[in-house]
Amino acid sequence: MMGPLRGALLGTVILALLLVPNLGLALGIDPPLADPKLEARSMELHKQLRCLVCQNQSIHDSNAGLARDLREVVRERVVAGDSDQDVIDYVVDRYGDWVLLNPPFNLSTAALWGAPFALILVGGLSVALFLRRTSRRTVTAATPLTDAERARLDRVLESDG
Amino acid sequence: MRLGYIVPIAVFIVFAIALGIGLTLNPRDIPSALIGKSIPAFDLPAVPPRSLGLATDDLKKGDVVLINVFASWCVACRVEHPLLMELARSGVVQVYGLAYKDAPENSDRWLGQFGDPYTRTGVDRDGRVGIDWGIYGVPETFIVSGDGRIIDKHIGPISPADLQNKILPLIAQARAQ
Repeated sequence: MMGPLRGALLGTVILALLLVPNLGLALGIDPPLADPKLEARSMELHKQLRCLVCQNQSIHDSNAGLARDLREVVRERVVAGDSDQDVIDYVVDRYGDWVLLNPPFNLSTAALWGAPFALILVGGLSVALFLRRTSRRTVTAATPLTDAERARLDRVLESDG
Repeated sequence: MRLGYIVPIAVFIVFAIALGIGLTLNPRDIPSALIGKSIPAFDLPAVPPRSLGLATDDLKKGDVVLINVFASWCVACRVEHPLLMELARSGVVQVYGLAYKDAPENSDRWLGQFGDPYTRTGVDRDGRVGIDWGIYGVPETFIVSGDGRIIDKHIGPISPADLQNKILPLIAQARAQ
């Protein structure tokens, strides 16, 4: 006789075993390098390179065929003894600065890098100007009520009660 | 005081126009990093049973050629294919085909079905030569000068307008030099 607890436990174990290989497939894991140090370096490089097919993913995240090919290229370069910069240059030579998720500052990316600072500057200046203008505005003293106004106000208050 | 109203509206209009232009751009049109550079070194066998393969030296024969990247699994390639057939028939320019990540028998069947506009073909089974050419989507078409420099790359299927307004003038210009 199998108790309900043991049945649940067995079910969980079977489910876990079923899910583990599927998880690997879902992530599109390709065979890692034997040397964990080189694999870690490759993975860091993968994260810096943009997938050209699914544009806002890195090749580390992407399942696209080209992303898989580029991951393979990066691993090969790393195994061949390239430095991180060599590998990046290798890919940039073929696909341009566009593949870098952290693009370098140059003429074509000046607007991209400069825009946040320009916006902060313009916003800050606007706020500063606004504050200076409101603080300088002189508050005119209230003129006291005339006798006629006071009498009218009294009437209004009385009729209200 | 007037300026206080005009400036935000002006800034908004400038932003709206800039973003509006941005919406009309095609995010898949990434300019090739290889324009103006020499073609990469490569040597590929032909799609069997054809015999003329594709290698670096074949692109340095003195005349401008088009390198069309195609695959039997590529739907957009069927769109531009009649235009390539017409171009090949007209004899204006030689068109060479690079079969990208495609089984050679599938490439051959596809060319049998839709016609073969290519003087030379190259089988890039694993796509590694494609990476050296900076290919990221099919179809792509390179214009290569007679001395093996990449003049331009067209991304996506070629429309008749692309051919008339961009590709043919570039070929004529390269020949004039």
